[in-house]
Amino acid sequence: MPSTDTLFNQRIDSRRRRGKVMAGVLFVCTILGLVVLATLIVDVVLTGAPWLSREFITGFPRSTAEASGIWPAIIGSLYLMLVVAAVAVPLGVGAALYLEEYARDNWLARLIQININNLAGVPSVVYGILGLGVFVYLFGFGNSLLAAGLTLSLLVLPIIVISSQEAIRSIPQGVRESAYALGATRSQVIWSHVLPIAMPGILTGVILSLSRAVGETAPLVLVGAALAINFTPAHLLDEFTAIPMLIFQWTEEPGVAFRELAAAAIIVLLAFLILTNLTAILLRNYLEQERSA
Amino acid sequence: MPSTDTTQMSPAQPVPQPPSGGTSGNGAVDYSTNLEWSLRERIVQVLLGACALLTIGTTLGIVGILLYESFSFFLSVGIFDFLLGTEWRFAGVEPSFGVLPLVAGTMLITVIAALVGLPLGLGAAIYISQYASRPARKVLKPALEVLAGVPTVVYGYFALTFVSGVIIQGIDPSLPPLNALSAGLVVGVMIIPMVASVSEDALRAVPSSLSDGAYALGATKIEVVMKVVVPAALSGIIASFILAISRAIGETMIVAIAAGATANLTVNPLESIQTMTGFIVQVAKGDIDQGTLSYQSLFAVGLLLYIITLGMNLLATWLTRRFQEQY
Repeated sequence: MPSTDTLFNQRIDSRRRRGKVMAGVLFVCTILGLVVLATLIVDVVLTGAPWLSREFITGFPRSTAEASGIWPAIIGSLYLMLVVAAVAVPLGVGAALYLEEYARDNWLARLIQININNLAGVPSVVYGILGLGVFVYLFGFGNSLLAAGLTLSLLVLPIIVISSQEAIRSIPQGVRESAYALGATRSQVIWSHVLPIAMPGILTGVILSLSRAVGETAPLVLVGAALAINFTPAHLLDEFTAIPMLIFQWTEEPGVAFRELAAAAIIVLLAFLILTNLTAILLRNYLEQERSA
Repeated sequence: MPSTDTTQMSPAQPVPQPPSGGTSGNGAVDYSTNLEWSLRERIVQVLLGACALLTIGTTLGIVGILLYESFSFFLSVGIFDFLLGTEWRFAGVEPSFGVLPLVAGTMLITVIAALVGLPLGLGAAIYISQYASRPARKVLKPALEVLAGVPTVVYGYFALTFVSGVIIQGIDPSLPPLNALSAGLVVGVMIIPMVASVSEDALRAVPSSLSDGAYALGATKIEVVMKVVVPAALSGIIASFILAISRAIGETMIVAIAAGATANLTVNPLESIQTMTGFIVQVAKGDIDQGTLSYQSLFAVGLLLYIITLGMNLLATWLTRRFQEQY
């Protein structure tokens, strides 16, 4: 029957060979992104490491690269993280609890859910515009730590809500039912069962969103974070700068020296992020052990 | 007695103190007062509900402020002059607000990013979901997530100093240091993890009976993957593409740093261009006074950006939902 060979190539060897080549191509696709990442890290470390010094960490931004430091930016980034943690975490976990434990399947709950998913896809620069229009001018907070912190809080809110929802949803219904059977009310079930059991998942989402907030630049540019200031912010309505802002400014500065300084600031930022993520992993492991023990 | 109050557990017993929140572990809590609709329960529900409603407030705030300032802008600049104009000069004596050069710049970046990011992301998703061994997957997935965790300002630095400064100018030193190509390539790398993770979920959701059937008919692994699994997951894969493109359109710092600040109606990737997001950053970087035309133009461009990305995100959600119903 000569007609069947039109449907597929009968030489199994060549088909297998083709499969092996394709598998290699797919592997290269997977690795290529990681190669770029490795190149980035090596490039940044080689360029920036010679600039890392005690004076760089504890110094203030100056007009020459040699005399510049990033201390106010480190403090600014830490304060921003605190504001986001204080504002976005309770709001995000609260919204997740409402959606998972209270909301019935009605139009309002669906609207809120769709809205949260869409908010997660809004470009960060649009949040910056919101912050500029509402917090900086409408509420009159000015180019302050508070305006930037609130903007970043709204930016990471959907991430916290979605990850908390997943953590809460993964709790077996039987846990709640056993508590209800003993006469606990909803809020008691939430406080004594749902929150403690969901805590590792919630914390992971929270810390991931905090590290996202620390790396964001565009919203800070929009709310008018200072490029270089020679003081650390003293209160919420003070001007401030943050590590990503200095990276941005120094990258744009003419001259090789400032670019190398930007690389040094990137090392600090990446170290900051690695530290927060490491904390997240360790904390989650600890809490999970605590629970199973 | 036909009791209507099913939440009352024990016989009526006058207990004045409020429930202590279940924190007591010694059994001293008297649950008889823990009525489902006690004041305390209502307060908790209202507070949590308010948190959920705040997310709606965020959207209303975004839409409200964008529409409000854009409205003032469109009182001075005609909406068609804005959408169809080919000259963008926001400063100077004779400003012109035709947004097409910014849209073209955004498109150019997006196309380059898509050419890089979509195939690499899909390839990674196929490899991780179909080929990688369990330990390999355990390493590769988090490693790709690291790629998504790198702040975009760091990518911007890398695009300018390495991709443009070392590679592109290494090939031809006469090329401009700020160009669409270097920014687009790096945006492409940035969207790889997004394509990979969403596509991988779609590929994993394909029931094994489909691939088993193909193997039974004598297909090789690559034939099963390419002709059965990938087509079955197609709507999810397309959703991941749309999400990634939407991300590329909204990406800001990479283009603000590496693509340039010349609103330029061109398709040449080696020229300096400006995107919608790049313009927003450029205006915001300078001191902007509220109420000026350039301040308002920032909101008009922001509104256009918001509408485009929102439309794409909704489309992706719709596609994902359709695909989930299939099996």
